[in-house]
Amino acid sequence: MSDSGTLVEKIWQQHVVDDGDGQDLLYIDLHLIHEASSSQAFDGLRLAGRQVRRSDLTLAVEDHNVPTDTLAVTDPISREQLGALRASCAREGIELLRHGDARQGIVHVVAPELGLVQPGMTITCGDSHTSTHGAFGALALGVGTTDVEHVLATQTLALPRPRTMAVDFTGVPGAEVTAKDLMLRMLAEVGANGAHGYVIEYRGEAVRRLSMEGRMTMCNLSIEAGARAGMVAPDDTTFAYLEATPRRPTGSHWDDALAYWRTLRSDDDARFDRVLTLDVGAASRYVTWGTNPGQAVSLDGAVPDPSEFADPGQRAAAQRALHYMGLQPGTLMRDVAIDVVFIGSCTNSRIEDLRVAADVLRGRRVADGVEMLVVPGSMEIRAQAEREGLHQVFLEAGASWRFSGCSMCLGMNADRIKGASRCASTSNRNYEGRQGPRARTHLVSPAVAAATAVAGTLAAPGDLN
Amino acid sequence: MQAIEAHTGRMAPLRRNDVDTDQIIPSDFCRRLTKTGFEDGLFAGWRADPDFVLNREPYASATVLVAQRNFGSGSSRETAVWALRDWGFAAVIAESFGDIFQRNAGKNALLAVALGADAVGALLDHATERPDAEITVDLLDRQVRSEVGVWDFAIEDRARWLMLNGLDEIAVTLGRDAAIRAHEAARPPWLPRTAAPTRAVPVP
Ligand code: SF4
Repeated sequence: MSDSGTLVEKIWQQHVVDDGDGQDLLYIDLHLIHEASSSQAFDGLRLAGRQVRRSDLTLAVEDHNVPTDTLAVTDPISREQLGALRASCAREGIELLRHGDARQGIVHVVAPELGLVQPGMTITCGDSHTSTHGAFGALALGVGTTDVEHVLATQTLALPRPRTMAVDFTGVPGAEVTAKDLMLRMLAEVGANGAHGYVIEYRGEAVRRLSMEGRMTMCNLSIEAGARAGMVAPDDTTFAYLEATPRRPTGSHWDDALAYWRTLRSDDDARFDRVLTLDVGAASRYVTWGTNPGQAVSLDGAVPDPSEFADPGQRAAAQRALHYMGLQPGTLMRDVAIDVVFIGSCTNSRIEDLRVAADVLRGRRVADGVEMLVVPGSMEIRAQAEREGLHQVFLEAGASWRFSGCSMCLGMNADRIKGASRCASTSNRNYEGRQGPRARTHLVSPAVAAATAVAGTLAAPGDLN
Repeated sequence: MQAIEAHTGRMAPLRRNDVDTDQIIPSDFCRRLTKTGFEDGLFAGWRADPDFVLNREPYASATVLVAQRNFGSGSSRETAVWALRDWGFAAVIAESFGDIFQRNAGKNALLAVALGADAVGALLDHATERPDAEITVDLLDRQVRSEVGVWDFAIEDRARWLMLNGLDEIAVTLGRDAAIRAHEAARPPWLPRTAAPTRAVPVP
């Protein structure tokens, strides 16, 4: 490796415990766990007579299986899962944020909010959207349950060195174009496999201008392009965010940390394995029409005709997707009628997202026949929104205001879409059956979600009178 | 993990790109606390269609699944691997895989082998025309052999070594405890720690 390096290479080097047999053993600074991917890992440890190596570098959160309309858990399978996590955390001495706790929420929302995610760290979680934490200039990797067990037991993971990819956004789009729109635009360009195996670093003025919330949305969606991780180099926006978090370093540790964090950037002459330049100066709001996040189009556009796709695989996929989605080629996206609107998930449920949605809904009503769910990403965000009176706006508009959890993002808990209803969702996956066995999902930004709730069809705030 | 050197069996052709893990096993089936018994969730949504390939013999009892680009993308759920294994699959051949899926497969002795589009196309055609045809996925030789062709595949050395020897990866890593300790001793003091837990609280 040369002296000049990319951000990810620098972080990687700092965490190599042992290099050998083609992979590096990396130390993991923070291990996040949740109830849906950890129980078998804890069982494995127990059966082997092993213990958690660093419970003080581990944080557990209840999010995937919690109900969001009540603090009582009645579903027997959810009770069993949450009970198993509670017992494991008590036994192993792991901090656990429980359903109803003031700091509970979606794991990828809660950890940064606490200040546990800091530049230069390595982070893993048994969840693909762990990529979210790259927004802080950390290397954050989603893993499966066997790897969860490995990190619990050893605080390390053996990983192949990643290929690096720079995504350079050029131009600065209008203020209405959010991180979600930029990413759906990128996904439409590269496809659901377009960054396969890479660690992406997002660069450019359009990224620098994003808040930390926007950067988290951006990095969160990296996995939808098949990337291993996504990152944004830390800057003053990052440091200001961290300074306001409860668990940041304090005193001289803060000064030392800050001095180190300021060195965390790719060198000017660092070489990436791949560079993608995307002009977003004229980008618009984006929505999905199909059944993977790469099947996206401008809200100003129409459902594509599968015959437009040159690649036979893409053509077949588009045909299947339109059949599942019940859409006709050529239909304007703004003519697509919606039954359910979901604002939530680790992609778009942070305070900034709720503010944007409330601004659209203030003084308006959710259209007749449309059900709208607003699920804050954490109980802290819920409290903040209530301090700002946002919950009143949602309730007066006719939306349902919930406790925090993954909710309708994944059809695992009680919040799911019935039948073949059509949902405008601020989440991250529009797969077949993701939000319920026959549910049809359109991925949108919070502003589009809110405007859609009012219009009853996919809409931008400017479309409302 | 069970050691595996090679597998020979019949193929089930799944001519699709981007088969995400939510399709392989919908999340409703992922709520069990066990590591086995996930076969009923395998492609549960698609199996509702009587024409789906796994609803037809001899494909229903095939042991090598052949799919196209980006198989196992999306959610990190390892239940996707467990469901394939519990159904009876020993190998999946595709043009490419979701990273986390492929990694999970290697930890469960499920061979997840990427071949070029031409090879995959030839195998899909072969499996369609000759449902009883057998194929061998050879981890030792890093090779796929069938009547319609022989192809080498690439696999990370470490993943291959763990699978060939059926090793407990945690035990291997714990063998490097001294190196882990040395790293721990040198970590910067400002790095965050989580809080000591409170007592166990029952689910409300
Ligand atoms: S909100 Fe959705 S994507 Fe995020 S962690 Fe929960 S289930 Fe996964």
